[in-house]
Amino acid sequence: MTDSYATHRLPAYVGALIALLIGAMPLPHWLGLLRPDFLLLVIMWFALMSPRSTGLLFAFSWGLLLDAFSGILLGQQALGFVVVAYLMHHFHLRMRMYPLLHQSLIILSLLWLYQFILFWIDGVTGHPVNTWMRLLPGLGGALCWPLVSGFFGRIVQRH
Amino acid sequence: MVALRDRGARFAPTRVSPLSWRAIALMALSIGIMVLDVRRDGAGLLRRSLAHIVAPLHRVVEAPSALWDAALTSVNTRDSLRTNIAALEARVREDALTLAKLRALELENERLQQLLGVSPRDAIRTLTARVLQVDLDALRQRVLIDRGSVDGIEPSQPVMDAHGVFGQTTRVNASTTEVILLSDPDHAIPVQIERSGLRTIAMGLGDPSRLALPYLPRNTDVQVGDSLVTSGLGGVYPPDLPVAIVTEVRRDPSQPLVQVRAVPRANLDRDREVMIIWYKPRVTPPPSPVPNAHPTRASAQ
Repeated sequence: MTDSYATHRLPAYVGALIALLIGAMPLPHWLGLLRPDFLLLVIMWFALMSPRSTGLLFAFSWGLLLDAFSGILLGQQALGFVVVAYLMHHFHLRMRMYPLLHQSLIILSLLWLYQFILFWIDGVTGHPVNTWMRLLPGLGGALCWPLVSGFFGRIVQRH
Repeated sequence: MVALRDRGARFAPTRVSPLSWRAIALMALSIGIMVLDVRRDGAGLLRRSLAHIVAPLHRVVEAPSALWDAALTSVNTRDSLRTNIAALEARVREDALTLAKLRALELENERLQQLLGVSPRDAIRTLTARVLQVDLDALRQRVLIDRGSVDGIEPSQPVMDAHGVFGQTTRVNASTTEVILLSDPDHAIPVQIERSGLRTIAMGLGDPSRLALPYLPRNTDVQVGDSLVTSGLGGVYPPDLPVAIVTEVRRDPSQPLVQVRAVPRANLDRDREVMIIWYKPRVTPPPSPVPNAHPTRASAQ
């Protein structure tokens, strides 16, 4: 029982860890601006396709770890992750029915919601970053969604 | 949050689903952590314990570029090394001359200062650090360096590279330190226009190649090519370090302020090695204009 439980969860943890590391790989400035929030995409995929293996606590803990990792306010990305993961969990049955393009558009709106939460907290705590470039990682994420989806779709089914 | 709870209630009118309860609890927890962490060292314990997990992850991200660097140095040809060494040696010779002149000036300066009864200049100590190749946040201009509290680093220490001011330390972990660059939108540095002696503040814009000088009136004497140095106000940066060069001055008759842009002298986005500076301002500027009532006590400090 424990063993199957562990193997069930392993891809989620490994995937999230790799996404966290890819998210911090050095890139040229302009490309870094377009880089999607890979960790959030992975969390969204697992919330959508295998909601039993990962819960909201999973999203929260990885968000908190990312906050510590990137040295911003603790809890900021954790809150964004929880909100997005909650919406994904809540609508996962409906969202699975949608074709990939339709899914990508919903992912885009959720990623922008996430950016809005970050932007809002930045403003409240007095460190505003007012630039339209905040919209870019969301676009990158929506474009990457089919890739992430296809990749994990293969890996996780095999296990 | 209220909207989400309402939405949940509509789908399950009799009771709120466990998922929603969990979401509400975790959101409250996140907000609680944020409220604590906004204060300096408010969530210190949590941050320190997370830092233990995060530090090895930073090293993992850094590993490929460190390997790449090592590979590059090992395959460097002898010729290019030799030309490099020749260029460096020429530079050392030039610098030795300047240094000798400077030393003479320094001695003279010290003697004159003693005659005038001014306290000695601030002692400055430095330490070299390597910039870790880890992208923290694309919208903010921050980097990690490979020195931390074990090396005696503290928050708000100035950091320089070979060309000019780089930034200042913010969050200090055991073996790494976060440095906020000049170009971070949260960063402001008190500067002085070298030519005219005018003091103002240079702010970051989130772009490693540009700074703004937003508080200069339209009739200010500022030109393209002016050099900006630290003014020494504010107590973080020692005076007279090179900061930036003015590249753009736009005077709009309808605006009360002149729009000035400057390019930092330090290579903010390409640097691998930086220098951390220990600097204590001589004395905090006195509130009342009583100039040096007790020179002996001032020099004892």
